Amino acid sequence: MTEPTRFSDLSNRDHRRVIHLEPSELPPLSVRTTVPAPPRAAKAAEPSADGFALDDTQALDLPQPTTPEEEDALVRAFLSGLEKLFTRENNWTFLQPLLLSMEHCAHCQTCSDACHIFESSGREELYRPTFRSEIFRRLYFQHVKGGGLVSAWQHGTVELNWPLVARLAELAYRCNLCRRCAQTCPIGVDNGLLAHELRKLFSQELGIAPKALHAAGSMLQLKSGSSTGMIPAAVIDNVQFIDEEMTEKTGTKVETPWDVEGADILLIHNAGEVLAWPENPGAFGVILNAAGLSWTMSSEIAGYDSVNYGLWYDDAQFARVALLHAQAAKRLGVKKIVVGECGHAHKSLLVIADRLLTGDLRVPRESFLTVLRDIVVSGRLKLDPSRNDFPVTLHDPCNMVRLMGIVEPQREIVRRVCPQFREMTPHGVDNYCCGGGSGFAIMSGHGFQDWRAEISGRKKLQQILDVFADCLDPSVRKYVCAPCSNCKGQIRDMLAYHGQWQQHGIQYGGLVELVVNAMEGVKPGFIEWEWH
Amino acid sequence: MTVMVYAAIVVCGIVFVAAAVARAVWYARSPIHLRWELYPVPHERPDRVAHGGSYFEGSEWWLERRRPNIWGEIAVMVPEVLFLKALREFNPALWWRSFPFHFGLYLTACAGVGLVAMAAVAQLGGRAMAAGPLWDVVAVIVAVTGALGIVGAMLGALALLHRRITDATLRPYTTAGDVFNLLFFVVAFGALGGGYLVRPAGAPGALSIAIGLLSWDGGLHLSPLLAVGLVLTAALLAYIPLTHMSHFIGKYFTYHAVRWDDAPLGHDGKMAAELARYLTYRPTWAARHIKVNGASTWAEIVTTNPTREHKS
Repeated sequence: MTEPTRFSDLSNRDHRRVIHLEPSELPPLSVRTTVPAPPRAAKAAEPSADGFALDDTQALDLPQPTTPEEEDALVRAFLSGLEKLFTRENNWTFLQPLLLSMEHCAHCQTCSDACHIFESSGREELYRPTFRSEIFRRLYFQHVKGGGLVSAWQHGTVELNWPLVARLAELAYRCNLCRRCAQTCPIGVDNGLLAHELRKLFSQELGIAPKALHAAGSMLQLKSGSSTGMIPAAVIDNVQFIDEEMTEKTGTKVETPWDVEGADILLIHNAGEVLAWPENPGAFGVILNAAGLSWTMSSEIAGYDSVNYGLWYDDAQFARVALLHAQAAKRLGVKKIVVGECGHAHKSLLVIADRLLTGDLRVPRESFLTVLRDIVVSGRLKLDPSRNDFPVTLHDPCNMVRLMGIVEPQREIVRRVCPQFREMTPHGVDNYCCGGGSGFAIMSGHGFQDWRAEISGRKKLQQILDVFADCLDPSVRKYVCAPCSNCKGQIRDMLAYHGQWQQHGIQYGGLVELVVNAMEGVKPGFIEWEWH
Repeated sequence: MTVMVYAAIVVCGIVFVAAAVARAVWYARSPIHLRWELYPVPHERPDRVAHGGSYFEGSEWWLERRRPNIWGEIAVMVPEVLFLKALREFNPALWWRSFPFHFGLYLTACAGVGLVAMAAVAQLGGRAMAAGPLWDVVAVIVAVTGALGIVGAMLGALALLHRRITDATLRPYTTAGDVFNLLFFVVAFGALGGGYLVRPAGAPGALSIAIGLLSWDGGLHLSPLLAVGLVLTAALLAYIPLTHMSHFIGKYFTYHAVRWDDAPLGHDGKMAAELARYLTYRPTWAARHIKVNGASTWAEIVTTNPTREHKS
C-alpha cells in the first residue's frame, strides 16, 4: 500500500508526477467495459523535465521558469494574487463566501464521501475535496493574515515555492465545481468555491487558464461571438442548413427567425449544439413553431451563443460575456431571454449575472425547461409517448438542479413522453456530476479526456449502468437524457471510451429530441439509433 | 484570589462578546456577493422544498410574488442547530462524538445563564424570592442541566480528540492547535466539574458563587481546583471566537447569506445602489486581459472587450 499524498509532496522539486493511478486499481464498475488499449495511465506521457507534474493529466500550459529568479517572480505574483482575493476592491464578487470557507473548516472530512472524483479515484488523497482547500487555507493564514508562530501552530503551514504554485494551479482543475461536497458540510464550507477562487487568482493575476476556457473559449467568444469560432454569418448559415435538414426529416416546415424585434422570446443556444448536435436546435425549431410561440434568435456578437466560460475561472470575462447576452436582448426589445440546453449558461445568466445586470439590461431570463413544460402540459403538441417506448433515464445537470433548483419541470415532461422513464440513484439535487462540469467537457489535451472518462465521470457511468441493469442487452436501445450541452459532451465521450453503445446499447441525447420524437405530426424516428 | 477569579470571568466574558460581535460584523460588512445559492433552499414554497426546487421552476418566475417561508427555515435550523442533523446524515460516525460535545456546551451555557438569572433574582428579590418549591425545582433543573452539560461536553471532547489522533484520514489535517483546542475543553471542564465535586464540605455552591460574582463578594472561599476550573472555562469562552470554533457565528452566514441567499435583484434599490458603488472600485489584478485600453474601474473593465485592444 502506498503512502497517502501529503501537502509537502506538492512542494517537492522532483519533476515526476505526485500520483499515478493504474486503471486496474480504480474502484471496479459493476459490469466490464471496453476501455481503449493501452489504457490512459499507461499512455499518459511523463511531463517535460521543466514542469512539476501533478498526476496523469494536465489542464494547463504553465510557464516554465528556467532560473530561480523567474521562479521567485512567479511565486511573488501568486502571493500578490492571493492577497487580492481577500480585498473588496478586487474580489467583492465572492469575498464573503470565500472568507467564511477559509475561516471555519473543522477538518471533519464529512465532505469527502460526497465527492465523486475522490471516490472514483479509489479515495486518492490528492483528490480529497479538502486537500486543495487545506493548502489554500494554510497559505491564507500564513501570507494574508500575517502568519507567525501562533498561526502556524493553530493552522499549520505549507512550503511555498514554484512547484507548489504550479501543482496547485493544476489541482484547481481537478474539481468539477459541482458543490455536492458543500451540500454535506455541517458548517457550510464550500470546497467548490475555493477551487473556483483559486482558478480566478491564476487567471486574473497570472493570466493562467486552460486554453479551451480562455484563449479558445471566452476570448474567442468576445472576438467572434462564439467560443466555437462561428461568426454571425456562419451561425445563420449553419442554422439555415439545420432548418432545411429538419424540414426534410420531420415533414414539418422548420424556419428559425433571426433578429425579430419585439419577439416574445430570444432563444440562446449553446452554439456547440449547432455544430455537434444539430438535431437539438432543430428540435427546438420544430417545437417552438408547432407551439406557435413568438421567438427569435440573435445574430449579435455572443447573442447566439449562451456559453459563458468565465463562470468557471474569471469574473471579468464572465461579466463581459453576460453583458453581451443582455445587450443582444435589449437591442431586439424581446420580452425575455430563454436559455437552451446548457446548464452553465442557465446558472450564468439567471443566477450569477443577476446582480450584475441592472437598469435596462435587466431583461427577464428563463429556462427552456419551464417553457417546454408549459408547452407539453398545455396540450398544444399532440404527443404519442409510445414512440419513446424504450428505457430512458434523466441526468440532472448540477448547474440547473443543485445550483438553481430546477428539478421538476424536466420530469413533468419526461414522464409525459417516456413510458419507460426511470430515475438514477441518487437524483435531483443529490445527483452526481457527469464528470464534465466546470469546463472539463471541453478540455481534452494531455490525456484529460481519458482522465474524465475514467475518473471524474466514473460515478455517473456507474449510475447509468445501474439504472439500466435490468436491460443491458444491446438489442434494447436505451437513452440517457442530458438536457445540457456540456453534460452531453461528457456522457458522449465517456460512453464511447467505455464502449457502452456497442456493448450495452446506451445512447445519449437532449430533452427536446425526446419531445419531437413523440410528436404525432412529425415523421417517426426523429431519434436515430446510431452512435454520434 | 476570589476577586481575581471574578475578574477573569468578567474580562473573558467581555472578550467573548467583543470578539464574537467583531467577527459577525466583519462578515456582515463584507460586500454583497454574486449569488451562490445551493438547493434545497428551505424558505421556498413547501411543495418545492420537498424536491429541492426553486422559483425558477415557475413560468415567468419574475412575476411570482416572493414570499420567503420563514417557517421552512426554522424547520431546518432547529434540528440542525440542536441536533447537528447534517452531521448525523452525512457523517454518523462523527455525530455520536460531536453531538454530546455540542449539546453539552448548549446545556452548560443554559445552566450558566440560569445560574446568573437565579443569582440576580436572589440579589434583587431577597431571601423571600429565593425560596419555595418553584425555586427548588428551578435549582434542580439548573444543576442537572449543568452537570449533564459538563459531562457531555467533556466526554464528547475526549471522543473527538481520540478520533482526531487515531483516524488516519484526519491526521494530516490535524494541527497542534486542533489538539490543543479539544484538550482545552477537556481540561477546563474537567477542572470545573472535578473542582466542584471535590470541594470541601461547606464550600460555596454554584449559586453562591454566582451571587458572589454579582455582588463582587471577595470573602467567598473557593477551592483552588474549582478556581482553576472557573478561570480556565472563562479563558476558553474568550478563546473560542478567536478561532475557527466560532463557526456558531460563521454558520449563520454560510447558510443565510450564501446557501440560502436566492434573492433576485429585482426592484431592490438599496442593493442596486450598493452594487453600483462596487462597480466604481478599482481592482489591481495584473493579468493582461483584465485591464485594457486604460480601463480601471470594474465598470470600465467589464465593458471593455479585451480582444479589441488598441495596438500602439
